[in-house]
Amino acid sequence: MEHQQSKSFPISHVIGFVVSLVLTFAAAGITLKTNLSFKVIMWIIGSLAVIQAGMQLFMFMHLREGEDGKTNLVNMIYAVFMVIVIVVGSIWVLTSGHAAH
Amino acid sequence: MKAKITMEVTIMSIKWDEFFITGDPLILGSQIAIVLTMIGAVAGITYLKKWKYLWTEWLTTVDHKKIGMMYIISAVLMFFRGGMDGLLMKAQTAQPEMGFLDSQHYNEIFTTHGVIMILFMAMPFLIGLMNVVIPLQIGARDVAFPQLNALSFWLFFSGAMLFNISFVIGGSPDAGWTSYFPLAGKEFSPGIGNNFYAVALQIAGIGTLMTGINFIVTILKMRTKGMTLMKMPMFTWTTFVTSILIVAAFPIFTVALALMTFDRLYGTHFFTVSGGGMDMLWANLFWLWGHPEVYIVALPAFGIFSEVISTFSRKSLFGYKSMVFSILGIALLSMVVWVHHFYTMGSGPAVNSFFSITTMAIAIPTGVKMFNWLFTMRKGRIKISSAMLWALAFVPCFVIGGVTGVMLAMGAADYQYHNTLFLVAHFHYVLIPGVVFAVFAGLYYWWPKMFGFMLNEKIGKWHFWLFVIGFNVTFMPMFFLGLNGAVRRAYTYSAESGFAPLFMLSAIGSIILAAGFAVFCYNIYWSIRYADRNISSDPWDARTLEWSTASPVQFYNFAKLQEVKSLDPFWHMKKKNEGLTLYDSEIEEIHMPSNSWLPIYMGVIFGIAGFLLVFEWHIAAALAAIGIFAGLIIRSFDYNEGFHVKKDEIHRIENAWRKTEGEVHDHVS
Ligand code: HEM
Ligand SMILES: [Cu+2]
Repeated sequence: MEHQQSKSFPISHVIGFVVSLVLTFAAAGITLKTNLSFKVIMWIIGSLAVIQAGMQLFMFMHLREGEDGKTNLVNMIYAVFMVIVIVVGSIWVLTSGHAAH
Repeated sequence: MKAKITMEVTIMSIKWDEFFITGDPLILGSQIAIVLTMIGAVAGITYLKKWKYLWTEWLTTVDHKKIGMMYIISAVLMFFRGGMDGLLMKAQTAQPEMGFLDSQHYNEIFTTHGVIMILFMAMPFLIGLMNVVIPLQIGARDVAFPQLNALSFWLFFSGAMLFNISFVIGGSPDAGWTSYFPLAGKEFSPGIGNNFYAVALQIAGIGTLMTGINFIVTILKMRTKGMTLMKMPMFTWTTFVTSILIVAAFPIFTVALALMTFDRLYGTHFFTVSGGGMDMLWANLFWLWGHPEVYIVALPAFGIFSEVISTFSRKSLFGYKSMVFSILGIALLSMVVWVHHFYTMGSGPAVNSFFSITTMAIAIPTGVKMFNWLFTMRKGRIKISSAMLWALAFVPCFVIGGVTGVMLAMGAADYQYHNTLFLVAHFHYVLIPGVVFAVFAGLYYWWPKMFGFMLNEKIGKWHFWLFVIGFNVTFMPMFFLGLNGAVRRAYTYSAESGFAPLFMLSAIGSIILAAGFAVFCYNIYWSIRYADRNISSDPWDARTLEWSTASPVQFYNFAKLQEVKSLDPFWHMKKKNEGLTLYDSEIEEIHMPSNSWLPIYMGVIFGIAGFLLVFEWHIAAALAAIGIFAGLIIRSFDYNEGFHVKKDEIHRIENAWRKTEGEVHDHVS
């Protein structure tokens, strides 16, 4: 296979990694160390998760190196499908009917 | 009697008397056998002075064919272990109130049987065949990332060995291959057995995930000139889609196992209700991976049958396009059916109806494939070889598995079938014809390509008939036992239940089944010793590119890369006598990757770290983990660019197997 990557320092990966850690510890801190209501906590850490996922797409997943638009499109559709199945699916299955109690 | 490990094991106070499982004659026998085998192997290799050969030719290899063979050898060994577990269970339930195994021991055995059969037998067997065949089928010289491929193998092997030692050291997991919480949690399974499950499967799973990535890239990027997606052989298609499913599903399992590890080792409560967690979340995540997993093993098997049926009917595959679309349909649907494994959780009518419908819908693309195979055979000049026999038997047996699957798919009806032997019979009817028959077919079919001689066809037929008859006699009674109310995972039953005759019949069947497996092993032995070495490189008159090169395949696969114009390229090359010859002017230097010690090193260090983690020796495990990072760092600074095979050497190797006629080297016999 050809080697196309530039040999420069992977700065965006390092930033992405650090930001991921910060966001994760923020979520843990808010959950463990604050007295906010359950609902508020869920909303905050849920939002942090979405932010982190989006950030990783740009920092790690080469989304900006968009020469190959088709591949990116397929990848995005695939990712959205997986998120819907896993996250929405799990919530739906585990919160309806008797499973809710 | 099993010595239960209940103490908090720390570095300071290891209770060595409980480190090894003691007091059970079966286990003692195994321990002695293991030690003797290991001493025997080490002594044998030393005596034959084979250490260097083993190290340079196998342990450090990055050659996809050798890696594939190592996968297959491991899988056969694991089949033996898992099969022994199966026989022990059948012996225990042969009669009512048998005292052969106690309930704890039975629990451990069905757990290890299930895990080993699916993750350490079916998966590596298929991945092994994929490794051997796929680069050849697409006309490439290796996979996209050869060293990563070796790493995949060693991580799988490391995980498998870690899991297997559990029954002699520390105690086996005993909460079923599904390891549902709360049973699998610390509260109800305080021993370390279930740590083996969490850690060993994690290590093997990482290897599998890498395999998935590797094969996606290989198939997308390494196909030879002219081979468009719709000209790929069917086994390549199924491997491609399976790899996508691996990449989709395995991370879910990785996360679920990590959460399980946190719960068991570090006191979190993701799955414990008392701590605010949710036990059914485990079941949900497990089956989000688990159902795609059964298609991960079924799809490559379908690909193998497609190749075998088309070759031995001497026709190209019927309905190629509909085959491709049904594979894609199956893959998509397989991601949205997972709840059918726990309808009885009671998720309400909307959820259960949705998943009933998606599950039943899978029967449609699967049915399309069935008819395609039948139409491929129609009016074909069928040659009943051993490989073809397995494909023929697959059709009716798998249909029984599939139809009972549709019965189970109905949520309301499943309340009756759930957790009975009806289910156990169903999934063995899917997994044994769908995977085991397929790997046998593939092995008989590709064996000459791998080793340059065939497996004996006559012994092969004995193997076939014993195995297929034994399989049906073992599992057919279980359907009726299940309908009569016999539950799964139960180590015994009363005489009054009336189950005894069918259980006995099933046990007899399993002995026939085992005899079939023994004949298979004998066939390998016989063929290694006596089979004719002087066979052509295309003994079946086959259709795809792997048959256009030498048997056994030279390490660089192809002296020149082929150009493909149609489906079944090698068949057309033979008919038109095109591209079969190699002219001296076409020979060029070939660039190949070098061997590496890093993959096996990573396997060993992962195994050690995993072992220490299983025993909850955290500091020691952390120290071992430094070794993992060291390996990663060394790899980052590894600038080895491989080596070049010189023209002379290629000449010599090619001349050795092609019939040399002046400039023109024709090799089709
Ligand atoms: C070779 C002959 C085989 C025999 C005699 C056999 C027998 C059995 C028996 C007796 C059980 C337990 C039934 C119970 O619940 O009490 C079982 C469970 C199971 N078997 Fe097999 N089996 C065989 C092959 C296979 C193969 C090839 C696979 C998969 C590829 C497989 C996968 C499983 C799984 C996943 C379970 C469920 C384990 C659990 O309940 O956690 N078996 N088998
Ligand atoms: Cu399923």
